[in-house]
Amino acid sequence: MSIIHKKTRTVKWLVVSCVLMFGFGFALVPLYDVFCRITGLNGKVDLIPAQPSSVIDESRQIKLQLVAVNNETMPWEFKPKTVVTRLSPGEMHQTAYLARNLTERMMIAQAVPSVSPSEAAPFVQKINCFCFERQPLDGRAEKWMPLVVSIDPNLPKHISTITLSYTLFDITPDTPSTVTLSERGSL
Amino acid sequence: MDSSAATTHHGPASGLRRWLYTTNHKDIGTLYLWFSFVMFMTGGCMALLIRAELFQPGLQLIQPEFFNQMTTMHGLIMVFGAVMPAFVGLANWMIPMMVGAPDMALPRMNNWSFWILPFAFSMMLSTLFMEGGAPNFGWTFYAPLSTTYAPPSVTFFIFAVHMMGISSIMGAINIIATILNLRAPGMNMMKLPLFVWTWLITAFLLIAVMPVLAGVVTMMLMDIHFGTSFFNAAGGGDPVLFQHVFWFFGHPEVYIMILPAFGIVSEIIPTFARKKLFGYPSMVYATASIAFLSFIVWAHHMFTVGMPLVGEVFFMFATMLIAVPTGVKVFNWVATMFRGSMTFETPMLFALAFVVLFTIGGFSGLMLAIAPADFQYHDTYFVVAHFHYVLVPGAVFAIMAGAYYWLPKWCGNYYDETMGKVHFWCSFIGVNITFFPMHFIGLAGMPRRIPDYALQFADFNAVATVGAFIFGFSQLIFLYNVIYCIRKGRKASDEVWEGSHGLEWTLPSPAPYHSFSEAPQIK
Repeated sequence: MSIIHKKTRTVKWLVVSCVLMFGFGFALVPLYDVFCRITGLNGKVDLIPAQPSSVIDESRQIKLQLVAVNNETMPWEFKPKTVVTRLSPGEMHQTAYLARNLTERMMIAQAVPSVSPSEAAPFVQKINCFCFERQPLDGRAEKWMPLVVSIDPNLPKHISTITLSYTLFDITPDTPSTVTLSERGSL
Repeated sequence: MDSSAATTHHGPASGLRRWLYTTNHKDIGTLYLWFSFVMFMTGGCMALLIRAELFQPGLQLIQPEFFNQMTTMHGLIMVFGAVMPAFVGLANWMIPMMVGAPDMALPRMNNWSFWILPFAFSMMLSTLFMEGGAPNFGWTFYAPLSTTYAPPSVTFFIFAVHMMGISSIMGAINIIATILNLRAPGMNMMKLPLFVWTWLITAFLLIAVMPVLAGVVTMMLMDIHFGTSFFNAAGGGDPVLFQHVFWFFGHPEVYIMILPAFGIVSEIIPTFARKKLFGYPSMVYATASIAFLSFIVWAHHMFTVGMPLVGEVFFMFATMLIAVPTGVKVFNWVATMFRGSMTFETPMLFALAFVVLFTIGGFSGLMLAIAPADFQYHDTYFVVAHFHYVLVPGAVFAIMAGAYYWLPKWCGNYYDETMGKVHFWCSFIGVNITFFPMHFIGLAGMPRRIPDYALQFADFNAVATVGAFIFGFSQLIFLYNVIYCIRKGRKASDEVWEGSHGLEWTLPSPAPYHSFSEAPQIK
């Protein structure tokens, strides 16, 4: 085989590997999600409604702590109705979060859940959650956003406390997504 | 043999056109090396500005906003503009001469891969004069700091990174194609000089990770301008994802910056110890193992993001495993010197300093690899001390050593040995004064990337600043010595060094514009 031929072949497979690795960079995004879902790492929670469990494990009580966090520059009041509840695995718990828009304009929010310890994340089943959809709210308006949650009876025995935290993000379309420099200077 | 290359036996064109149109590996190597020196000086000035501000607590010279731009630009320029192009320059000059090839495999692409760089860095540096200032989010450009909160110039930064990536990938393809296809008859893989071996492995690392870097900056671009949410939690993305993807590139990248240095040192030490390199095959396998391990340790940069215990433990042990092949290399260098007839010319001094100081950097790396301890060290000056020990007296010293070692072959004259030694001792003392105190202030808790600090860190910071100025200005000695060497140095012999070994030393000094048009026979 001539040297030119050999060179062309080398270059071809090197270029193909580059393109593949570029694709792999993007493939890391879903791979990472899949990896987190399978292993339950990172406290990531599925954003799809779960089916209520038919068995209730009366033998133990789990302490469920509800946390509300405003992402920075989110000017809403945001808090859970009850902060701590005790419930048996499999039992359905109905509660709500209060959202009050403190500004004059209509805003849209999105809540993103997170579970701690992350090991418990796959066992927190949200039958109905306000985080499934975006939450519009008129200026100065307020509402109770419903949350129906239960804990899978297969929850590992050593977990007795679960923290379910919601972070509220401002996703109103016309607000500038970047903070302007003058605002940053005053931060 | 390419017949068209054989018919063009003419010297270089004259003037600027020679450099613009050149496809000669020696010309392009020279361009790379000068470019990287200019970038080294530019990034160095930024470092001195940083150190000057940190000379005393409080704000004296520059504002925090500008300080952040300086730390960011210093890192980016040193990594992508100084260290990487310098290694590519050395590869361009030396690899064809070391494997007995007439030129690089793809000379036109070679020209292109160099000439992209000045444009990429002009674009990068132009951000300093833009409204909102240059990128200020650190060279690791973590999202959302580099997306949601970035200055508008971030888009220019992204395209500059794309261009550098394309340049590096083309350089890597060229190097692999040269090494795999253009070796002289009889030069099988296990006879390759170690510099060629380390570069071959480095080039594969580049092919594997530069596209991932291009991917991650593309995701940033889409998040900023096209409304996607790769790294935006509100849209279902994840900022931690950025760190995973970035460090999947970033960790192999740090080996890209050190493996060719291993190669250079493995060439120099046998020459001045007048012995064969000890354990050549183990050196090759160690390099390959380091390259492989570099892909499975990335999360040790992220011990504090809230990984589960299993992850922490895995990445901790995988990282510590890298010390094994690295240790093999260090012991091989020491064994090469053992009972050798050593002389201490400037390249050897730099190579010896490399072995000692790189090992110090390696040990502080091991300390950082211990996950529970890393929670204390994370983002402190201890980290700064660690990576500057592996990059400055590591990569940069190896480049200096290589430059002194091969300069007589390149320009046909010896550099001034006394001036070289003065340069070495100033650099050696300067580097240690600069970076050694950073270990202490880091352990004491001084955070990195901060323009101001608590009073108790004042003394060590003042010392570090003095060292930085000694180191920085002593590089002017190097510049002067190189110019002296080109202009009026003592005529060099063909073998240049008494103990030199390898094909490049069979060529006349200076190396002719076209070398090995007829492939040499390797016995």
